[in-house]
Amino acid sequence: MIPLIEEEVVNKHKWVEKNEMLDLIAIAQSCPGVFAINIAIFIGYKLRKERGAIATTIGTALPSFLIILAIAMFFSQFKDNPYVAAIFRGIRPAVVALIAVPTFRLGQRAKLNLYTIWIPVVCALLIWALGVSPIYIIIAAGLAGYIYGKLSSQKLRS
Amino acid sequence: MLSLIQHETVETHHWLSTSEFTDIVAISQMTPGPIGINSATYCGYTAIHNAGFGNMTAILGSVTATFALVLPSLILMILISKMFMKYMNTPLVQSVFKGLRPAVVGLLAAATLLLCNKENFSTPSENPWQFWISCALLASTAFGTGYLKINPIHMICYAGLAGLLLLY
Repeated sequence: MIPLIEEEVVNKHKWVEKNEMLDLIAIAQSCPGVFAINIAIFIGYKLRKERGAIATTIGTALPSFLIILAIAMFFSQFKDNPYVAAIFRGIRPAVVALIAVPTFRLGQRAKLNLYTIWIPVVCALLIWALGVSPIYIIIAAGLAGYIYGKLSSQKLRS
Repeated sequence: MLSLIQHETVETHHWLSTSEFTDIVAISQMTPGPIGINSATYCGYTAIHNAGFGNMTAILGSVTATFALVLPSLILMILISKMFMKYMNTPLVQSVFKGLRPAVVGLLAAATLLLCNKENFSTPSENPWQFWISCALLASTAFGTGYLKINPIHMICYAGLAGLLLLY
């Protein structure tokens, strides 16, 4: 999706410079929330402040929202059909794999090694086995990153 | 984010069952748009519909859910644009994000594990045919999207077809 957005925003409409776009993409990706929404908010705010941000957000969310709403309304009627039920019995395990595969790829990109692999393992176990809310994990991980960064920079100085 | 949505809707508030949630993820992958918006809209509608309210109230539910998803981003991004742009590249913020990255991998792994349960797969004792076919579908989808780079949407269609033929 990112090349598409870049093409429209930077090349076609020239709302943002290429370099600034790269910064915005980095921030939008790092922050929580949907990436497409985040970047839309940035561009909307840049062009027309708060009202622009709201306009771009609605524009980004509305097509998906309407399509899914239509599907949701019809799906609730079809759910009890035995053919549909069978189709989804097949789809469900596939979906689990579709979440698992990008997880591995994300792990590769995060450059996990033998020393750091305990972090995702512990987080996963906490959520899965102990039912800890993911929010606490995220807060703890952010804090841990902050503390680790502070300690590393102190080590460098001394 | 999937982990968080699942935690709240399935575990904490019991608005959806695990199989319903997995259906939502499947549909969200197939339809255009970010998965966050798709699942929020669908969850909002289905949760209200399950509770027995009518169509109009359920639509309001999906609006609320999507709005709730978007609002924190709106506030955060506008704040960042207004005040914190210059702080984004500092080592402090970068170190916070560095801490988050491995944890996010763990979150996604937890979401995967939580979806591996009786409702989605059945058990060897209850329905061995479904269980082993489901495991085979899991493995083949992982192989197909991981190594063969098959489009996930196509993969879901194949899995649905397999379900129709084998799991009817």
